[in-house]
Amino acid sequence: MFKVKYFEYIRTSAVIVIALAIAFLIISLVSNQPVKTIGIFLFEPLSSKGHIGNVIEMAIPLMFTGLAVSLLFRANMFNLGAEGIFYFSGVVTSVLAIHLTLDGWLHPIVAIAAGSIVGALLSAIPGILKAKWNANELVTSLMFNNILFGVGLYLLNYHLRDAKAFANVSYKFEKTALLSKMVPGTRIHTGLIIVIVLIIAAHLFLYKTKWGYELRMTGINRNFARYSGMKTAKVIILVHLIAGFIAGMGGSVEVLGMYNRFQWTSLPGYGLDGALVAMLAKNNPLSVIGAALFLAYIRIGADMMARLSDVPSEMISIIQAIIILLISAEQFLKFWKNRMLLKEAKEA
Amino acid sequence: MNKALLEMRGITKVYPNGVVANKDVHFSLREGEIHAIAGENGAGKSTLMKIMFGMEEPSEGEIFIKGEKVKLQSAQDAIDRGIGMVHQHFMLVPSFTVAENMVLGMEPRKGVGINYAEAVRMTEETAKKYNLAVDPKAKVQDLTVGMKQKVEILKALLRGAKILVLDEPTAVLTPQETEELFRELKQLREQGHTIVFISHKLKEVKAICDRITIMRSGRSEGVFQTKDVTEQEISRLMVGRDVVLKYDKEILSIGEPVLTVQGLGVNDAHGKALLTDINFAVRGGQIIGIAGVEGNGQTQLIEALTGSLRGVSSQGSVLVKGKDIRESDILDIRKLGVSYIPEDRMHQGIASDASIADNLLSTQYRTKAMNKGPFLNGSRIAKLAVSLVEEFKVRCSGPSQPIGMLSGGNMQKVVVARECSTEPQLLIAEQPTRGVDIGAAQFIHQKLLELRSDDCAILLVSADLNEILEISDSLLVMYEGKIVAFFEEPSKVSEEELGLYMLGIHRQDEEQIRRAVNHV
Amino acid sequence: MNSLFDVIFTTDFAFSVLRVTTPILFAALGALISNRAGIINIGMEGIMLVAALAGVIVSSYTHSAWVGLLGAVMSGTLIAGILAFFTLKFKTHIILGGVAINMFASGGTVFILYLLSGDKGSSTSLASKVLPSVEIPLLKDIPVLGPILSGHHILTYVSIIAVFVVYYLLNRTPLGLRIRSVGENPHAAQSVGVSVVKIQYMALLLSGFFAGLGGAYMSMGYLSLFTRDMIAGRGWIAIAAESMGRSTTVGTALTSLLFGTADALSNALQVLKIPAELIGTLPYVATVIGLVIYAVSETRKKNKKLKSPLVK
Repeated sequence: MFKVKYFEYIRTSAVIVIALAIAFLIISLVSNQPVKTIGIFLFEPLSSKGHIGNVIEMAIPLMFTGLAVSLLFRANMFNLGAEGIFYFSGVVTSVLAIHLTLDGWLHPIVAIAAGSIVGALLSAIPGILKAKWNANELVTSLMFNNILFGVGLYLLNYHLRDAKAFANVSYKFEKTALLSKMVPGTRIHTGLIIVIVLIIAAHLFLYKTKWGYELRMTGINRNFARYSGMKTAKVIILVHLIAGFIAGMGGSVEVLGMYNRFQWTSLPGYGLDGALVAMLAKNNPLSVIGAALFLAYIRIGADMMARLSDVPSEMISIIQAIIILLISAEQFLKFWKNRMLLKEAKEA
Repeated sequence: MNKALLEMRGITKVYPNGVVANKDVHFSLREGEIHAIAGENGAGKSTLMKIMFGMEEPSEGEIFIKGEKVKLQSAQDAIDRGIGMVHQHFMLVPSFTVAENMVLGMEPRKGVGINYAEAVRMTEETAKKYNLAVDPKAKVQDLTVGMKQKVEILKALLRGAKILVLDEPTAVLTPQETEELFRELKQLREQGHTIVFISHKLKEVKAICDRITIMRSGRSEGVFQTKDVTEQEISRLMVGRDVVLKYDKEILSIGEPVLTVQGLGVNDAHGKALLTDINFAVRGGQIIGIAGVEGNGQTQLIEALTGSLRGVSSQGSVLVKGKDIRESDILDIRKLGVSYIPEDRMHQGIASDASIADNLLSTQYRTKAMNKGPFLNGSRIAKLAVSLVEEFKVRCSGPSQPIGMLSGGNMQKVVVARECSTEPQLLIAEQPTRGVDIGAAQFIHQKLLELRSDDCAILLVSADLNEILEISDSLLVMYEGKIVAFFEEPSKVSEEELGLYMLGIHRQDEEQIRRAVNHV
Repeated sequence: MNSLFDVIFTTDFAFSVLRVTTPILFAALGALISNRAGIINIGMEGIMLVAALAGVIVSSYTHSAWVGLLGAVMSGTLIAGILAFFTLKFKTHIILGGVAINMFASGGTVFILYLLSGDKGSSTSLASKVLPSVEIPLLKDIPVLGPILSGHHILTYVSIIAVFVVYYLLNRTPLGLRIRSVGENPHAAQSVGVSVVKIQYMALLLSGFFAGLGGAYMSMGYLSLFTRDMIAGRGWIAIAAESMGRSTTVGTALTSLLFGTADALSNALQVLKIPAELIGTLPYVATVIGLVIYAVSETRKKNKKLKSPLVK
């Protein structure tokens, strides 16, 4: 009845259903008005234009990091360094946003380009270390997250800090650097267009070009790729460059789209969330859109719920953790998949 | 009537992918004997051994120990019943001492900790009892291969093994170490142990074993007293053909040499010779077969032809269309018009999670024909995939199906399709029909012959006698890294004779080989 | 420069080094055990955070610091057990599992804190207990050594003892032998009947146990309350320390001490006008450098093995 190729969709849906069920359970235990609270969690994000805007604006950085991590996972690289790149590129962009004066259409392009290129170059370091000397990319990328955070925070505190402001924030960005809002009544900015274009480009790259083909084959079976003549070391470095570029652009776009000063004094967490998005999207660029929107939706739902009821929004961390645990569990529902496989093999 | 110590009756093992590894095999072991199980790779001896040691369960059949029916579901079950195994690839922890490896899992205690003195004592005691000298305090990583094997044997004996199963034990030993092993085995027999000796080295089997069970193609060909059979007779039973496939081969005039190997010699890191003085040539429109039992240098030879010599020192030359390719990588070699069907299908031949189309594309995705600007030409790729699937009769649900879901034979057809479709001038085919059903194998052979008619030079390495005798125009035999025979016309060679060369019993003299190769 | 030396070469500074090293050392020892068994637990940061909260909550409800400690340690072990369950039974990838644990902890602890105390930032409204500091008689009167080594929090002494315990565990007990065999050659372990899965379970539980001690120290010793994200990266530094310590007990202990010194130094170095944020990156930079050196040497070794001498 169910074809095996739809198995993954079924499994992902099952995971989401279970996670939401647990969410409802927690809400029921904690809230005085569980049904009302669940309702808020599920439907409040759709209740007004502004709220829908919140969902979309939160989805934008998740799409960037989700895309970056998807590509890395596709190449079988367990690199979780999007977090540090995102942050540091934000700092770089802020520098250009504060100190340059350019025309309104050029300023953001230059600032974002700078952030993205820096992101690409920094990300290439773990890539080169892996490709040439097989240094574990997980550990190097995690270390770099902390290193880039430290350096970025230093730059904020010692070089960008606005002493006149009341909080630990940078100087104001030039108005010309900011990304313009797209939809009146919301805070959705032109970064949305940028990321969607990027996703489409990534999709075309991955499935319709020879470099994307090499990336996919290297990720599936590096030996096979090598024996076919592919230069897998170059592929690995390339994917790191591209992923770093995308993650860096994400940080830059987020900073210029949603803020007028740089104000992150801790890692914003989009990098790790990007891993979750990539898992939900099964490392497919186009599916990243849906996965990011889903994650943004439940986050905003949790925020609304915290504001309008008695359940704190941090509950969502628990739900996210459950999703990660289940969705990457190969054995979850595997017996069912095997039964379907056997059936199909018999029918063939 | 000697009651059998261990008896395996009617053992059949069918793997989920359809391969029949053992078919109705009977194996009976008498107490106090050294019993050989001989057969080529793929004959089913490893499977039988895994079943004996509880690592696999038979699809059908029963096992009896001292007349009692038993079910072995894990290695621990076998160990508990007194069966000890010495694997071909040692199961030792390199950084541990000999004593630590010996007592792992049954460590003597002193309070909360390990009683190391006792572990050393146990090791020394066992070593002395069986006269196998080992240093309990030495680290395993510092030991020679022969010593490591002794530790493995002692490990099994310490755990109460009465039956010792040795899997290709001499494959990694020097001649001196082999002699020492034989002394030890004889002594173990004196002390009442029973030994199962799995090997395809007939000289050794004759030297030390009391009886021999011969396996071929998953079946048992019989049990014999080793003193009652000659090596020739064993060879005939081990290496004969079951099905004789006949092909119509055109008589072709052969062209210029595409591949010329002269005086090729390669050593490993320890200085042991992997290949010695290899000389042969393959010409357009010609199929040169290399016969031999696996593990006699064929793999190293093919590696040398596909880019593994880069950065490694070697002697001699390897010329493809006149160019020495020893410093080339595989991409450069492929660009010269070479295609390669690897023997390791799963790790090198395919990307099992990728689609059939993606697997077909890997040798052509760079070409101008398959690209349109920066993009891959999707429609042409699809057409290629569809036409190849059709031409090679690949049984699948479509080119977008993940290749891992196909049967072994169909997977291999995809590999062959891919490698043949680039109109190669030299095709290197390594065990192209291993693990493939008869229909697919026939199909692949036809395709090879078609390529041959198109003037392609083909180098065929195979342990399958049928294949090599029927397809090859001329035939080389490799043994222990050397070429030991050249047959200009395979139809004039009998399988028995071929078997003798493959098993190292006979050897043509160097001049004969060299003359023959140069003459062609 | 003089002022820097004035700060560093004091017994106060040495005392603070030991104080600051404690949580790092605990977590690093935990990471060491699981690494030796062949599974890398990157959820240390999250487990420590959960344990820190558990210590505060349990001690405030039972009015006993010791029961609080027990609660912290048990919660750490429990979280590690959940990680082990998903990884070993459902085959969740161990890295992703660790990511999930960290994610759960950072939000989940605030969630639970809020539910119990009404405060999202810290646990001041809870009357949590603190474990005592201890003066060691006789030792405290020795000049120089006395002020450095005496008067520490009890868990600091426990952490030092833990080094010896872990060393003994890994190198002298049957469990340790099996852990090391599973990590180095699981086939060898299996061939003698050692259950790889069981051993890895144990190793993960032990890593959670030690992370729990580290977390308890943070909220019941270093500070006397729970604040959100209070582990502040020490779990990651511990992973870095274990990695740089080349997976040996002694190495791990020494690098933990080293990183602890760097942490204590970061305050002192402000005298030299080197910003704390940059000092904070030192452990990570050191680990990357160590990793690169290791990787380069391993690759060189591998290449040497493949090259063969000329046949004569």
